[in-house]
Amino acid sequence: MKRILTVDDSSSVRQMVRLTLEGAGYSVVEAVDGQDALTKVSPPPDLIITDLNMPNLDGIGLIRALRAQPATKFTPILMLTTESQEVKKQEGKAAGATGWIVKPFTPDQLVAVVRKVLR
Amino acid sequence: MHPDDKAALHRQAFLEEAADLVAEWEECMLLLDRGVDPDTVDRLFRAVHTLKGAGAMFGFEDLAAFLHDLETVLDQVRSGERSMERPLVDLLLRSRDHAAAILQGGGSFAERQEILAQMRGFLEQTKAAGEPAGVEEQRAAATEDAVASGAAGPPRLWRIRFRPQTDIFRTGLDPARLIEELATLGEAEVILHDEAVPPLTDLDPESCHLAWEVLLTTAAPEPTIRDVFIFVEGEAAVRIEPVDYEGERPPRLGEILAHRGDAEPAAIEAVLAERKPVGEVLVEAGVVAPAQVAAALAEQRGLSQVRAATATETATIRVPAAKLDALVDLVGGLVTAQARLSQVALEQGLGVLDAVAEELERLTSALRDTSLGLRMLPIGSTFSRFRRLVRDLSAELGKDIVLVTRGEETELDKTMLERLGDPLVHLLRNSVDHGIEPPDERVAKGKPRQGTILLEAEHVGGEVAIRITDDGRGIDADRVRAKAVEKGIIAADMALSREEILQLIFAPGLSTAQKVSNVSGRGVGMDVVKRNIEALRGRVFLASTMGQGTTITIRLPLTLAIIDGLLVRVEDAFFVLPLAAVEETVELTAAARAASAARLIPRRGELVPYVSVREAFGVPGTPPAIEQAVIVRVGDRLLGVVVDTVVGQHQTVIKSLGRVFHHVRGISGATILGDGSIALIVDLPALAP
Repeated sequence: MKRILTVDDSSSVRQMVRLTLEGAGYSVVEAVDGQDALTKVSPPPDLIITDLNMPNLDGIGLIRALRAQPATKFTPILMLTTESQEVKKQEGKAAGATGWIVKPFTPDQLVAVVRKVLR
Repeated sequence: MHPDDKAALHRQAFLEEAADLVAEWEECMLLLDRGVDPDTVDRLFRAVHTLKGAGAMFGFEDLAAFLHDLETVLDQVRSGERSMERPLVDLLLRSRDHAAAILQGGGSFAERQEILAQMRGFLEQTKAAGEPAGVEEQRAAATEDAVASGAAGPPRLWRIRFRPQTDIFRTGLDPARLIEELATLGEAEVILHDEAVPPLTDLDPESCHLAWEVLLTTAAPEPTIRDVFIFVEGEAAVRIEPVDYEGERPPRLGEILAHRGDAEPAAIEAVLAERKPVGEVLVEAGVVAPAQVAAALAEQRGLSQVRAATATETATIRVPAAKLDALVDLVGGLVTAQARLSQVALEQGLGVLDAVAEELERLTSALRDTSLGLRMLPIGSTFSRFRRLVRDLSAELGKDIVLVTRGEETELDKTMLERLGDPLVHLLRNSVDHGIEPPDERVAKGKPRQGTILLEAEHVGGEVAIRITDDGRGIDADRVRAKAVEKGIIAADMALSREEILQLIFAPGLSTAQKVSNVSGRGVGMDVVKRNIEALRGRVFLASTMGQGTTITIRLPLTLAIIDGLLVRVEDAFFVLPLAAVEETVELTAAARAASAARLIPRRGELVPYVSVREAFGVPGTPPAIEQAVIVRVGDRLLGVVVDTVVGQHQTVIKSLGRVFHHVRGISGATILGDGSIALIVDLPALAP
């Protein structure tokens, strides 16, 4: 079973992501911010979904840290952005994010984007 | 879990989290009251940001809209574009209270408007207040675009060239995944371009030097195809173009020469065959790479497929009906000949022949279905003339009646359709004349002034059901009974249920119309209708409720020519039972026969009556110790048909018996077996006790 790490400081978003992806047949690990996420990447998950605004270590910082580690250098990373965060999105892409999901999103949209990057 | 339950669960989780976030907001405000420090601003921004983002996802769009400008202002404070002065702190505190109210389902509209107006004031103080509106407009325009070009048309061929950026692997994106996604949109031919891959000594395995060309035949519109590449937009080289060479190509030189008679086509072919293909020549000359030729050839194949697909969509031809009849006759002959071949193969015990016979049987069966399918016509073609009939008749009788038709697309064998016309006309006349009341009478009864006759057709299992329903006065059972007694059809003291009395309508010589009118009652009764339908191997049912109306249901087999049958034997005589009616076969021992004088077979807890074919058709001889009872469904009841042995499935070409045998009960036709002998087709409804 494919393992997905969801990183978000909002517990309700984490829960929605987890229930949706578990319903689609994935196993899901949760992390509350970037720092917490870095402790949960060995063994590396098959996909990481991260929010951008988080305390301690934000999404951009997390993506940079992950890309610097050999184990997660090529792991697909999706970032959660909002319409008004175009600059952030570009920053995330430059840091090495694979793609993005624009908030608000529906469970169906989430699964569609996950299938796009995860075999 | 049901999606609604899931949504409720998510909403509940959000409300719990939102309570924490609002508390966090409050705490930040208290801290800011004492002095502005960047950490607190950061915390506040995140709380608002999460409230807004999650709120929009879990059904609190109001909250999200309310927090939009507030988030922007806070972001400006965070990035140092503006300072956090007293009036802003006050407004933020007020906003917190309002957000909490929205979460509890409250929050006055006026209050919200006031806060938003003030917030906009702060925004304008900084700069570029018009930006969010601009974004909205763009988004709306993009959606319209997608709608306009989003309709799926006929399939087209697209040429998609995709050269990923060399560091694509470092974004975590597997380019092969995108090719796979493309392939889900339609038929894809993929050509890999590896010309740019450097020699092994120079190769950086973490860089991507490959490119792909995909020839995609799809009905999906261009934006859908472009969406596949959304994550590599602006980085990878992606070109998506429709492949359309306009117009017909002029003939080639060789074709013109052959057509003019200047050269034999075979001679031209032979010369051309010795020549190297253009692609090969070009590769040798170093003009193009082999992969490029392969891509071009794939494009050519894709184009011809698209053209062929478009051509078959529009091609229909008109064929005289007589040719179709002749075809079905020939198929009938073929089925008979094939049965004979199977028989010979069986008798001679030749394995080789067996295989051929089996293959032939499969093909004939497919040919049979296809050719019978050619003769199927939608029943709607006859419905239209009935609408005229009902209108004219009701005008003549001073009634107001509308004919509603349903299931016009239901298909039925052409011959059947032709022979169904008269019975249907008769039934409709009956409904107009006897069924629907005059307008005044209807109004007096509290019915709508306009009467309705519903004519509908549908496929039910292997049969077609045609129903005529009127909302008229229904059939008066007492009058039918009185009439039947008067005509000597039943004895005056016979005990009959309402259902049984209604069935008397179909008895010869009974007509209940009080006066003979021009429309019906011309001596052609329901008995004729029933006989006509039965001649088509169909059945008629009648249901009627006094004062509410009458429904007549006709059930017909799909075709008259060839059916799947179950071949059975009694002594030396063969019979065919229509396979569509057969449920199963059970053994009937002499002991079981002796045990039930009432002639019932136990079957899964219910008792099924049985009829012996031997007795019904007077076949001489004594029954074997163990007989076979074929359980068949007649209407909605089960019946056991007892025979000596069950031979097996048989494709049955139906031959009529000729006029002499027209009145033999229990037999609807005959068929010729593989050895040339004859099997009689059993008319199951007539056999039922």
